[in-house]
Order: sequence, then structure tokens, then C-alpha cells
Amino acid sequence: MIKKLKINNDNILLIITIALFLVMYLGGCWVYADKGFLKFQTFLDILINNASIICVTCGMTCVMLTGGIDISVGSVIALDCMIVAVGIENYGLSSPVLMVVILAVGLLLGFIMGFCVSYLEIQPFIVTMAGMFFARGLTAVLSTQQISIKEDFFVKLSNLKIEIPFGIGSYVNSKGIVQTPYIRITVVVALVVVAITFFILGYTKFGGSIYAVGGNQQSATLMGLDVKKTKLKTYMLSTFFTSIGGICFCLNTMSGTTTQATGLEMSAISSAVIGGTLLTGGVGNVIGSLFGVLINGTISSLVKFNGKLISSWANIVTAILLCFFIVLQAVFAKIKESKKK
Amino acid sequence: MDKIKKITKMSLFLPIFSMILIMLINVVYDIGIGNTPWNFFIITIKNGVLYGRLIDVLNRGSEVAILAIGMTLVVSASAGTDISVGSVMSLTGGMCCMLLAGYGVSNTSEYAVPLMVGLLAGLGIALVCGLFNGFLVSYLNIQPMVATLILWSAGRAIGLLLCNSQIVYVRVESFKVLGSYVGPVPTPIIVAAVCIAIAAVVLKQTSLGLYIQSVGINGKASRISGLNSRRIILMCYAICGLCAGIAGLVATSRIYSADTNNIGLNMELDAILAVALGGNSLGGGKFNLAGSIIGAYTIQAITTTLYALGVSSAQAPVFKAIVVIIIVVIQAEPFKSYIKKISGRRANA
Repeated sequence: MIKKLKINNDNILLIITIALFLVMYLGGCWVYADKGFLKFQTFLDILINNASIICVTCGMTCVMLTGGIDISVGSVIALDCMIVAVGIENYGLSSPVLMVVILAVGLLLGFIMGFCVSYLEIQPFIVTMAGMFFARGLTAVLSTQQISIKEDFFVKLSNLKIEIPFGIGSYVNSKGIVQTPYIRITVVVALVVVAITFFILGYTKFGGSIYAVGGNQQSATLMGLDVKKTKLKTYMLSTFFTSIGGICFCLNTMSGTTTQATGLEMSAISSAVIGGTLLTGGVGNVIGSLFGVLINGTISSLVKFNGKLISSWANIVTAILLCFFIVLQAVFAKIKESKKK
Repeated sequence: MDKIKKITKMSLFLPIFSMILIMLINVVYDIGIGNTPWNFFIITIKNGVLYGRLIDVLNRGSEVAILAIGMTLVVSASAGTDISVGSVMSLTGGMCCMLLAGYGVSNTSEYAVPLMVGLLAGLGIALVCGLFNGFLVSYLNIQPMVATLILWSAGRAIGLLLCNSQIVYVRVESFKVLGSYVGPVPTPIIVAAVCIAIAAVVLKQTSLGLYIQSVGINGKASRISGLNSRRIILMCYAICGLCAGIAGLVATSRIYSADTNNIGLNMELDAILAVALGGNSLGGGKFNLAGSIIGAYTIQAITTTLYALGVSSAQAPVFKAIVVIIIVVIQAEPFKSYIKKISGRRANA
């Protein structure tokens, strides 16, 4: 029994997203083949560079599915990095302890923001904006300097290369040495987070109630779901994933500064939107969001491979794509409405 | 007791209350360090221009006040926020300076085109941005935040592109006027006052204000009763874009350069905050322009006070966040009913 893949309104956006990613990536391979875009490592580099955004976008997708938004994520990541940096360099704590601290801080912030959104019924945008100010300011309170992390364990973790087995994608370079493509530990973490999110959204009661709350809050209440609790849990989940993303981000940059990860919230939101998640809630899935991040990553690496373009072109192309997808979503929504009539 | 209730029910109670609170903190602080208690309010003339903390608040708060006008209308009509205003400010500055200096020139002491052309082109592009946002929101029914997310990301990038990724300096005296002084009075204050006056007159004297509110309260009903809801929403976004353009010109003129990376950074958050502080519901409908304006200056007063208290600019957001949370929690419906319950219990006991 093979389930036939049917193209309908629900999955067409996902299919378009994946198709667009493939077109873009293969286009890059074709145009920049001589510069080494063809190497498997280029693709893995996109994953390595965006590991933290993938984690953040998973959480953001869950929040957006309930019809909310979380713009505090960038600041929370900056706070996480600063906690690790200050903790190791100024207080001599070990990094595993600090990682647990970060996750706890994430859960606490998520609880406070979730409580304000769900039980006090304040608009998510305002609450998370306050959270954004708070986390960013707290980062500066901890330290206003750039602190680089030099702890042995953390450095080892950061430099750990996980080579792709079975010689997939490996090649012999001009000096005759076999180069094996590799990923960092952050990529593994990010993919695990995606898998967990996929499982939660698809196969648990909690995931089902997230979709129900986002689809129609009133009917969710009538169905006997605890809407407020679901929302609270979702915000906690989001900041928890963000904190995991913060650890990944820290492993990538190995330092803490106040201006880190500014604007990361918007790239997470735009990735989720490109991946087919509606801001009104109820529609979307995490696989689309993953491809959204990959599309954004591909655009920036294409701009990098070109070498002549100003980096702001990456932003402009992302915005154009965002515009394209948003308009597409609006058109599909209209078609759906007219079909109902 | 009834009188107190009447006062607290007034729509302007919250913004005025928070403003007075900030001023009180200043007075207490000044007494604490041994200054005259009214240090905050003292206005002196130094080097032929007005000088004082109050003037500073009014001067620095102009951009947010101008943005708050547009943002109030957008929030009222479409129940959403325009998060692109900061980027549009930067784009306006970039466009204006690029034209005045010529493309690729990063430092000029004479205009390449007349000043008016530069200013009008800046305002023009801001208007186009506003119309673009408005079109997406009103005619394509896209949620305001998503629609304005496009320009949030693209506006600054296009500005950078126009300026060739440089900071473009325009070192001409007449260009600096908008951000410096006319006689003894800082020009931004005058610009903000004129914008506020025009907005107030238009909203009071014409039925536009009423139309915007009715569209915000119930778009369908107002369409049935003969209003063109879509065009009104489009207009609100256009006005918001124009306000962002004016604020952008002021901000650019202040530093007589187009620092595209920094002009208007996080300004959209301040503008939205001003609207919320002014006692306006972010869910749309009824609005109170005076509240938003007072809210805008309150935010600036908080910032200036924090600087006076010796808090660094990077740490100030912590306090800002706490103030925001306190204010919105006080306004929240569940909190109000909870307080009512408690006070009711006390009355019964």
C-alpha cells in the first residue's frame, strides 16, 4: 500500500518551496561550478552556518502555528552567548553547567512571556518586544565588552569535525590528498531539533492542540482544549529551542558581544513564512521551515560566491522571495475561499 | 472615590500619568544629588540656542513623535503594525543624500542637484514604500506584520545599495538646518509640531478620523455602509510612509550624512511602543493621537532620565522593558478584572 502524494492546497506551498530550493541550488552549481559550488561541502557549510537559525526557526514555527510571534529570539541568543562567555572567562564555571543554565534561563523567559501572552491576554508582539529589550539590555549588564571563549572543552566541541562516512562526496584535491566532507556538532543538534519538532507537531496530542488553537481558538476551547496552557507551553518550547540555538550560535562564534544576532528574529520569521507557515496560525510545518532556512542560506552563499555583489543584495533577494511567497499565499487563500462558496 | 474612578477612566490618564511619574523621578533625583528640584524643567539659553533637559527630550523625541502619528493611524485602521518605518527612514536618508551628493560620492560640500529635489525624492520614495505596504495589506489581505516585513528587510538594503555601501556626507549648511536650529529653537521640534498640527486639524476638521476608526472597528460593516475600507487602509499606510520619510529626513540632517546602517534602527519598536503607551489598543479601532504623541515623548523622557541616572545606552533597554511590561499588564483585561475581584471581596468583608 503506497500512499499517493496528492497535490492539494495544503502541500503545494511546501512543494513550491522545495522546488525553489532545488532550482536555486542547482542553478548555483551550474553558474559557479568552477568556483567550487559543486562540492558537497558547500551544501554542508550552508547547514553549518545556519544551524542555530534552524533551531530558532523550529521554535518560531510552533509559535506562529498558534497565531503568535516571538521577536525576542535574537536577543535571547545574544544573552545566551554572553552568559557562556562571562561564566567561563570571569567566573571560571565549566561549560556544561552553563549550558544547563542557559536552557533554564530560556525556559524561564519563555514561561514569563508565555504567561503574559496566554493568561494576561497581551499581544504577543508587545510582550516579546519587551522580552527582546530585556534580554539585550541584560546582555549589556553582564558585560559590554567582546569576550572570546577559550575553555578547552568548548573549543574542542566547536572544532569537532564529524566526517561523512562511506566516502560520500569525498574527492581528491590537487595535492593528491583525499578530502572528506564534514559537519559540525551543531548541525547534528539542529537536525535532532527538527526531528523532535516534526514528531511533536505530527504525532503528539500537544502538537495537535497547537494546530487546533491556531486554526480556531473558539472551536479549540469548545473541543475542551486548554488554550491558555497550550500557548504557554508553546512559548516555553520556542525559547527552549532558541536556547539550544544559542548554544549552537556560541559554538560557531566562540564569543559574547552585546550586538550579536541582531535581526536574527526576522530571518527566522521570514524563513518560516517562505516555508509556508501562516502568521495567522494553523497552517504550516517544520520541514517547510527547514527549507526556508536553506533557501536563505543558499542566497547568501550565492552572493558570497559571486564575490562582486554587495552583501545587501542577499537581503534584497530574500525580501523579493518573501514578497513572492506572501502574495502566493494570499492567492491560495483566495482560491480556497472561492471554492468554499 | 467616584471622582478618582472618573479620572482613571479617562483615555489620556495612562500616558499623562506615566509622564508625570517620569518627571517626579527626575525631581527626586535632582533633590537627591543636591541640584535645584526643578533642574529638569529649567530652560536656559547657551550660545544663542535653547538648552535644558526638557528641550533635549522634545528635540530627541521628535522622530518618534512624527512616526507615532502614522503608526497610530495604521494600528487603528488595520489592527496591525508597520514594522518597516525604521528601514524606510534609512532608505529616505540614503535616497536624499545619494541625489544631493551624486552616486558613488561619499563626501561633498556642494549639492549635485537642488536641495528641494533631494528632499522631495526622499519623501517620494517613502510615500511609494507606504503605498506598497498599504497595497499588500488592503488589496491582498496580508497580515500587516508580514507585509511590512518585506520592506523591513529590503528598505535598509536598498538604502545601502543607493549609497554604494558607504556613509554619504553632505556638508552643506542649508542641509543641516532640518536637524539643527532655527534661531534659538531646535528645528526637529518645529517639524514635529507642524506635523502634529496638520494631523490634528485634518483628523478633527474632516471626517477622515471617524472613517479610519469605523474601518478599524468593523471593516465589513463600514464597507456596507458605503465607505471604501480598502482605500482608507491604503491611505493610512501611505501617511505612515510619509511620516517615516519626514522622520528620516530629520534624522539624516541631524548627522548631515546617510548612515544607512544606523538611521532609524529599532525606531519601529519605539513608535509601536509610543502607540501602546498612549492607551491605544493594538487591536485596532478607536485611537487617540494625543496619547500616542505623549507616549512618544514619555519614551524619550525615560531614555534621557536613564542617561542622567548614569545608565549606559546599552543597558537602558532593561528598564525600558520593565516599564513596558508594567504598563501593558496594568492595561490588560484579565488583570483589571482580577483587581476588581480582590477589591470587591474586601468591600464585602
